[in-house]
Amino acid sequence: MSLISKNVQMNDDLRNLSLSGHVGFDSLPDQLVNKSTSQGFCFNILCVGETGIGKSTLMDTLFNTKFESEPATHNEPGVRLKARSYELQESNVRLKLTIVDTVGFGDQINKDDSYKPIVEYIDAQFEAYLQEELKIKRSLFNYHDTRIHACLYFIAPTGHSLKSLDLVTMKKLDSKVNIIPIIAKADTIAKNELHKFKSKIMSELVSNGVQIYQFPTDEETVAEINATMSVHLPFAVVGSTEEVKIGNKMAKARQYPWGVVQVENENHCDFVKLREMLIRVNMEDLREQTHTRHYELYRRCKLEEMGFKDTDPDSKPFSLQETYEAKRNEFLGELQKKEDEMRQMFVMRVKEKEAELKEAEKDLHEKFDHLKRTHQEEKKKVEDKKKELEEELNNFQKKKAAAQLLQSQAQQAGSQQTKKDKDKKNSIRVLLCWCLESCLQLWTSCLQKDIVELEEGTNGKWDGAAAARALQVLMALGANLLSQQIVTTRPEE
Amino acid sequence: MFKGPVENKNEAAMSELVPEPRQKPVVPMKPMGINASLLGYIGIDTIIEQMRKKTMKTGFDFNIMVVGQSGLGKSTLVNTLFKSQVSRKSSGWNREEKIPKTVEIKAIGHVIEEGGVKMKLTVIDTPGFGDQINNENCWEPIEKYINEQYEKFLKEEVNIARKKRIPDTRVHCCLYFISPTGHSLRPLDLEFMKHLSKVVNIIPVIAKADTMTLEEKTEFKQRVRKELEVNGIEFYPQKEFDEDLEDKTENDKIRESMPFAVVGSDKEYQVNGKRVLGRKTPWGIIEVENLSHCEFALLRDFVIRTHLQDLKEVTHNIHYETYRAKRLNDNGGLPPMTVETEENHESNL
Repeated sequence: MSLISKNVQMNDDLRNLSLSGHVGFDSLPDQLVNKSTSQGFCFNILCVGETGIGKSTLMDTLFNTKFESEPATHNEPGVRLKARSYELQESNVRLKLTIVDTVGFGDQINKDDSYKPIVEYIDAQFEAYLQEELKIKRSLFNYHDTRIHACLYFIAPTGHSLKSLDLVTMKKLDSKVNIIPIIAKADTIAKNELHKFKSKIMSELVSNGVQIYQFPTDEETVAEINATMSVHLPFAVVGSTEEVKIGNKMAKARQYPWGVVQVENENHCDFVKLREMLIRVNMEDLREQTHTRHYELYRRCKLEEMGFKDTDPDSKPFSLQETYEAKRNEFLGELQKKEDEMRQMFVMRVKEKEAELKEAEKDLHEKFDHLKRTHQEEKKKVEDKKKELEEELNNFQKKKAAAQLLQSQAQQAGSQQTKKDKDKKNSIRVLLCWCLESCLQLWTSCLQKDIVELEEGTNGKWDGAAAARALQVLMALGANLLSQQIVTTRPEE
Repeated sequence: MFKGPVENKNEAAMSELVPEPRQKPVVPMKPMGINASLLGYIGIDTIIEQMRKKTMKTGFDFNIMVVGQSGLGKSTLVNTLFKSQVSRKSSGWNREEKIPKTVEIKAIGHVIEEGGVKMKLTVIDTPGFGDQINNENCWEPIEKYINEQYEKFLKEEVNIARKKRIPDTRVHCCLYFISPTGHSLRPLDLEFMKHLSKVVNIIPVIAKADTMTLEEKTEFKQRVRKELEVNGIEFYPQKEFDEDLEDKTENDKIRESMPFAVVGSDKEYQVNGKRVLGRKTPWGIIEVENLSHCEFALLRDFVIRTHLQDLKEVTHNIHYETYRAKRLNDNGGLPPMTVETEENHESNL
C-alpha cells in the first residue's frame, strides 16, 4: 500500500483516504454487538385474531416452547390485551420476548370498538417511551422497550376474502405498527383455493390502502431472500406443538385420518417462511422500523398536538425554548394556584382543630378542678374521722390507764380495797335480803288477803293468785341474784 | 486489508494486556417473566448478524480531539494511529505557519474504510493551546467547542421532525499530550484536565517518549498517575462507569499502565528485513509498534480495537446526558405531557 493519500474531495469537509496499514477499526461492529449482547435484546409481538384461530399455538411453534397459557373463552364482554413476557436464550443471545394477545377479539355482537383497545395499547407503549425520552434525568440505554415491533394479523381461512372487521382493524393499525398478515389454520384450504385466496387478500389490502410491512430490499445480502418471500404474502401457516413420527424422525405435525400435515414442510404450509422472515432475517429491521418510523410519527403527532412547532427557517436557534418556557410558566401558575388553595384549606383545618382542642382542654381542666375539689373534701373528711378516732383512742387509752391505775391502787390498798368490796358486797346482800323479806311480807299479806276474801266470798279485782305467782317469780329471781352474788364474790374472797 | 507478519506478532504479544474484542459471557439479569426452555433451534442468535450488517451499512462516526503544546508530535501521532494523513498539517496547511495568538479549533473530516466498515473520522486540532505567555483560561475555547457540539446534537434531538440519523459531531475522545519533562505535571496540564474531565473522555498521553529511558518512564508515569489521583482527575476509563467485575478488572489493568508513553512516526525503515514504522537516530531505530520501545501499540489497541464503541457510548450516555440535564434544568426544563410527569419533573429538579 502506498503512503500517499488520495485527496479525492467527496464534499467540502470529507476526504476519502486509504489506509497504509491495518488500523483495526473493523472490529467496531463486533464491539457494538458485544455491548448489545450483554444487555440483551427486546422483541415484542402483538397477535391480533379471533378467539380460537390458533394464535397461542403458533407462538408456541415459532419459539419452540410451551408458553403455558390458558385458552380464552368466547364470552368476553370486550377486547382486552394480555401481555406476557418471557426470557429466551440461545447460545449467548438473550431475548426478552413479550407476546401480547388480543383476548375476545371478534367475539362480540357489536364489533365497532374492537380495534380501540389495541390502538390504545400500542399508543400507551409509545407514550411511555416518549415520556422517558423527555425526562430531564433519563436512562434510555437500559430502558426496557415495550413498543410493539411486529403485529401478526391472523386472517380466518374462509377462502373468500377479508372480513370487514379485518380491513377496519388493519387500516387503523398500519401507521402504528408493522403488520404482517398471515392466514391461520391453513390446512383447511386446498392448494388451488389458497392461491386465489392469497391474491384476493393482497388486492383487497392494496385497494383499501392498507400498508403492511415491506421486507427490506435495500441491502444486497437480504434483498434476494426478501424479494422471493414477499411473493408468498400473506403466509399460510399451520401451528402444532405435537410431534408425529414421519419416516424415522419426529416432526411437528397435525395428524388427520387422511394424512399428516407437517408444519415444517414447505409444500404443506408457509410456516418456515414466516419463521425465516420474522426471526432469522428481519428481526432487527422490524425493531428499527418501529423506532424510526412508527415511533417518530407518533412523537411528531403528539408534540404537534401539544402545540409545539419546529423552528422556522429564519427564527432564533432554540425557539422551542420559548414555547417550553411559556408552557412551563402556565403550568407553574396552575400549580401555584393549587398550592395556595391547599395551603388555605390547610390553615383553615388547622384553626378548626385548634379550637376543638382548646375546648377539650378547657373541659379537662374543669374536670380536673372538680376532681381535685372532691378529693380534697374526701381528704378532709377522712382526716376528721381520723382525728375523731384518735381522740377516741386517746380517751380509751386514758380510761385504760385510769382503770389500770385504779386497779393498781386497789391492789396497793390491799385489804382496804377488799374490805370496801366486802362492804359493798355485804351491802348488796343486805339489800337483796331486804327485798326478799319485803316480798315475803307482801306475799304473806296477799295470802292473808286471799284467805279473808275467800272467807268473805268476794271476787274483787285483786287477783290474789296472780299476784302470788308474780311475787313467787320475783322471789325466785331475787334468790337467784343473791346466789349469783355469793358465787361471784366468793372467788374474790 | 494489509496484515503483515510483524503486526501479527505484536498483536499476539499485546493480547494479554488488551485483549481482542471477545464475546462476553452472559451477565445474569433479573428474570422478568417465565423463563421458557427451548426445545429446538429458533434462530434468535441471528439477530447478532442482522445487527452487524445494519451497522456496517450505516457506518460509524468518530471524533477525536488532540490537545497539547505545539511541537509535541500531535499530528504525527494521529497520522500514525490511523495510518494515513489525517492531521490538519497534512491536509494542505503550511508547516511554517505562525503559532496563532489564541487557541483555535480546527476540525478536519475524513472517510476511511477497512474490512467493509466505513468510518467518518474527524480530527479536531487545537493549535495555540499552551503556547502563549499568558495561558490563563486557554481551555475555555475548547470547552466551548465541546459544549457547542452537545448543543447541536440536543437541538436536533429536540426537533419535532427528526432526522433518521442525527449527525454526531460530539467529541468522543480527547488525547491530552503531556510534555516528557520527567518531573511531574505542569499546572496548565492539571487545570485543563480538571476542567475537561467532566465533559469529555480524556486520555492522557506522554508525548515524545523516546527522550526517556525505561526507568525514567516508569517513574514519570507513576508520578503522573499519583498527581492525577490527588487532584481528583478521572481520565478514561473512569472508575465510576465500570459496569461489572469483568469490566473493572480489565479497566484496572489499563488504568495501571496509563498514561501511555508514545512515539509517533509515519516513515518506514528496514529492520531485520521487515519494513516498520520508526524513527531513525544515530544510535538506533526506534520502532513505533514495538512494545519494548514504546507503548504506541497499546494506545492504538485500546482506543481503536477494543474501546472505540465504549468511548462513543460513554460520551452519549453519560457526558451528553449530563449536559442535557443541566441545560434543560437551567432553561426551566421541558414541560410535562401529563400531570403525573409534572410530579416526576418536580422531583427530578
